[in-house]
Amino acid sequence: METFLGLDYPTLWFIVIGGLFSGYAVLDGFDLGAGFWHLFFKKEESRRVALNAVGPVWDGNEVWLVIGGGALFAGFPKVYASLFSAMYLPFMLFLIFLIFRAISIEFRSKEEMKWWRQFWDVSYSVASSMLAFLLGVVVGNVLNGFNMDANGQVYISLPGALNPFSVLVGFTTLALFAMHGGIFLSMKTEGRLFSKITRLIKGAMIAFIVLFAISTLYALLYLPHMSDRISQSPVLFLIPLAAFLSIANIPRLLSKRKFQWAFIFSSITTCLSMVIVAVELYPTILYAPANPDNSLTVYNAASSEKSLGIMLLMAAIGFPLVLFYTIFVYRTFWGKVKLDETSY
Amino acid sequence: MTQAHQHAFNRQSINTSIYLPMDVEILARIQFAFTVAFHYIYPPLSIGLGLLMVIFEGSYLLTRIKVYETLARFWTKIFALTFGIGVATGIVMEFEFGTNWATYSRYVGDVFGSALAAEGIFAFALESGFLGVLLFGWNRVRPAVHFIATVGVFLGSMFSAIWIVVANSWQQTPAGYHIVGEGMNARAEITDFWAMVFNPSSVERLLHVWTGAFLAGIFLVLSVHAYYLLRRRHIAVSQKAIRISVICALVFSLVQLFIGHLSADGVARNQPAKLAAFEGHFDSSAVADMYIMGWVDKEDQSVTGIKIPNGLSYLLHQDFETPVTGLNSFPEDERPTAINSVFQFYHLMVAIGMLLILISLFAAVQLWRNKLFNHRWLLWVLVWAVVLPQVANQLGWFAAEMGRQPWVVYGLLRTSDALSDAVTANQVLTSLILFTLVYALLLTLFVYLLTKKIKHGPDDTSELMDQRTHQQEFTKQLTH
Ligand code: HDD
Ligand code: HEM
Ligand code: HEM
Repeated sequence: METFLGLDYPTLWFIVIGGLFSGYAVLDGFDLGAGFWHLFFKKEESRRVALNAVGPVWDGNEVWLVIGGGALFAGFPKVYASLFSAMYLPFMLFLIFLIFRAISIEFRSKEEMKWWRQFWDVSYSVASSMLAFLLGVVVGNVLNGFNMDANGQVYISLPGALNPFSVLVGFTTLALFAMHGGIFLSMKTEGRLFSKITRLIKGAMIAFIVLFAISTLYALLYLPHMSDRISQSPVLFLIPLAAFLSIANIPRLLSKRKFQWAFIFSSITTCLSMVIVAVELYPTILYAPANPDNSLTVYNAASSEKSLGIMLLMAAIGFPLVLFYTIFVYRTFWGKVKLDETSY
Repeated sequence: MTQAHQHAFNRQSINTSIYLPMDVEILARIQFAFTVAFHYIYPPLSIGLGLLMVIFEGSYLLTRIKVYETLARFWTKIFALTFGIGVATGIVMEFEFGTNWATYSRYVGDVFGSALAAEGIFAFALESGFLGVLLFGWNRVRPAVHFIATVGVFLGSMFSAIWIVVANSWQQTPAGYHIVGEGMNARAEITDFWAMVFNPSSVERLLHVWTGAFLAGIFLVLSVHAYYLLRRRHIAVSQKAIRISVICALVFSLVQLFIGHLSADGVARNQPAKLAAFEGHFDSSAVADMYIMGWVDKEDQSVTGIKIPNGLSYLLHQDFETPVTGLNSFPEDERPTAINSVFQFYHLMVAIGMLLILISLFAAVQLWRNKLFNHRWLLWVLVWAVVLPQVANQLGWFAAEMGRQPWVVYGLLRTSDALSDAVTANQVLTSLILFTLVYALLLTLFVYLLTKKIKHGPDDTSELMDQRTHQQEFTKQLTH
């Protein structure tokens, strides 16, 4: 099998996809989190500032999901097919909320009427929160495993998808994004709005720590295929530990008013949560508890080496480009939000 | 194909649980067609407006004439609207491949998954990255940097058309792959990346799609500014915009005829059954006529209508005597089913293409004679012509996609075998209803906000003085 840096192509591509989804979680994570807080701001001016904080960047952030999805489709078509068809309704709901998030940002400021703005504010906030929650639900289901048949097919009903563990992961994700988005807003705002957000972040942080601890425990106790991995190599405990340390650092940074550092640490926490998921899964992607032979792994679900090789090359060319535009946009809109006639 | 039959057999046992009168296949096809067709209202507008925004803003940088800047800013606002809905509706199809067409995804993932991934990395990231600067950067970056952002967004939208059309063209004319595995596990694996990208139909179809998108944007600009002239508003800006757009319209409508012909030539070579359906040509091997319009009777295997005798033979072979392969030379289950629809869609598209040439040519001649702005009726024609490229774009896709049936990957995988086995008719129906409701809302909002932005018009107050004189002159012209 071809390797690069000692890793075979399927493993490399697993890492690339993991990186893309982590990028998505860090970037769109703060948009969704900002959306979660939206209704907590009562004044029109505050809502506009909050909206314009994510205004120029949310679309670029969402593209990480498009790329991640494309990369999964291309790299592990069997996983893409099984996961998406199994979780049919959750994904359809996800799409609808994605549409509403996009158009709420776009349409809110187009009319002055109070009911119009209130409607889009609610739609924006509900859609953002539901997206964060549903992302967590999908991750929870992937961790739980799918009882696929030999052809990789399985049907999961909506209540089936909303099992206790997945719902728990859903709320954990929501709390994580709320914290992350709150910190992002604190970098972009001033005055009363700013002090309000810094107060709100604390609640989200506590909620996240509690939920994170419960879901880790739950996984260790009730998902044997997960705890097996960790007990085999206890070194892996270091990752959740690092995540905890990184969270614990955030209140300290916030009280010192080092918001950019706090944001960096909440991004690290987000990435580490993704790393935990990846490490718990690898080399399996979709685990079939009832009949482990049907599980989809990076090896039996991967595209051909040729295809993976081509795409690794593409990723190597594309990634610096994407990084370049991202930095360009963030630099252009660096600092506190200033409203002008082009704002939402 | 034995593999296909075996698969169809597997499906039957699963589908017995369905109690709806419609089966999953039809529903999933309706859903895909509906969502992709709705999506395709917006990308062509974004691509076409992108072209004009680059021209307007570029002219401003070169000449520093204020009118160009006003135009660039005004159309950027409308672009934001079409782009926003394009983004919101685009992800739906990417997900649908996995949710509704799981078997298809397993089959093609190795080959054109890379094209979809390339679209994300090279195209969407470019356009959405620069979009923020394009929309909100007017007062933050230097004009030259802003122009770079505009060009970036425009190129990004052109690139996204490349990869998505490559993927679709591979389905139409597969190349650069081999098949591994059997039965349910059969799938295509890539053997030659560039052969996949430059498959036999991708270049001409890409050019055709790009040009169709340019026409959609150009005619929207023409429509709005012709309307302003009729209402005697924003006169200086509108005359400038119309001058530029009429020339673009003439160039691209002529180019479209030429590329459309190339495409038809390609279809004759690569998908003869589709071409035969386009022209309602049944005889296995006979000289073929070309219809201007007509009606196909499938039972009778005849077409009634106005025709150029032996025209198709001439168009394809430059000779009135060469026979063309007809539908009857294909087994019954390898022919498109909706022949009359495919025929009508194709012919209407071509007719619209001709009409666009006619309108652009006439407008260009009037422009050259300095009379364009005197003819109220001509301005009204331009106002309404905006629907023509939109309709042609939709019809073109419907003809191309329905003409591909019953194959989802031409000659390799049947549409009926491409579905997700795990998904039931009820689920597809539920999501179809949801999308119908949401898209109805989207369309209403789009039309409402577009109208509002058009009513508000470009911010050309600083040119008011300039405009007054224009207005007096213009009123004289119109009444004279
Ligand atoms: C001719 C070009 C063309 C065609 C045939 C299609 N699209 Fe499209 N699509 C675009 C041109 C485009 C675009 C102009 O590039 C858009 C509109 C707004 C945008 O962001 O990009 C877009 C948006 C867009 C997005 C959102 C990207 C974002 O978030 O920025 C996705 C995921 C897709 N499309 C996927 C598809 C799929 C799966 C298609 C077919 C089955 C499809 N598009 C047909
Ligand atoms: C955006 C422009 C497009 C439009 C308007 C369009 C239109 C259609 C229509 C009308 C159908 C239904 C055909 C039928 O049921 O008879 C269809 C089906 C389909 N198209 Fe396209 N298409 C577009 C682009 C694409 C692209 C770019 C791809 C692939 C990358 C694609 C893949 C498919 C698939 C998988 C189906 C379902 C299977 C089938 O019925 O053939 N389409 N499309
Ligand atoms: C002027 C005469 C025209 C001719 C001879 C022509 C020819 C064709 C042919 C043969 C196809 C099918 C290609 C295939 O199945 O692979 C096609 C598809 C299409 N046409 Fe046209 N066309 C014309 C005008 C137009 C115009 C004016 C527009 C839009 C403004 C348009 C938009 C499309 C689109 C979007 C498709 C589907 C994409 C594709 O398959 O390339 N066409 N056309």
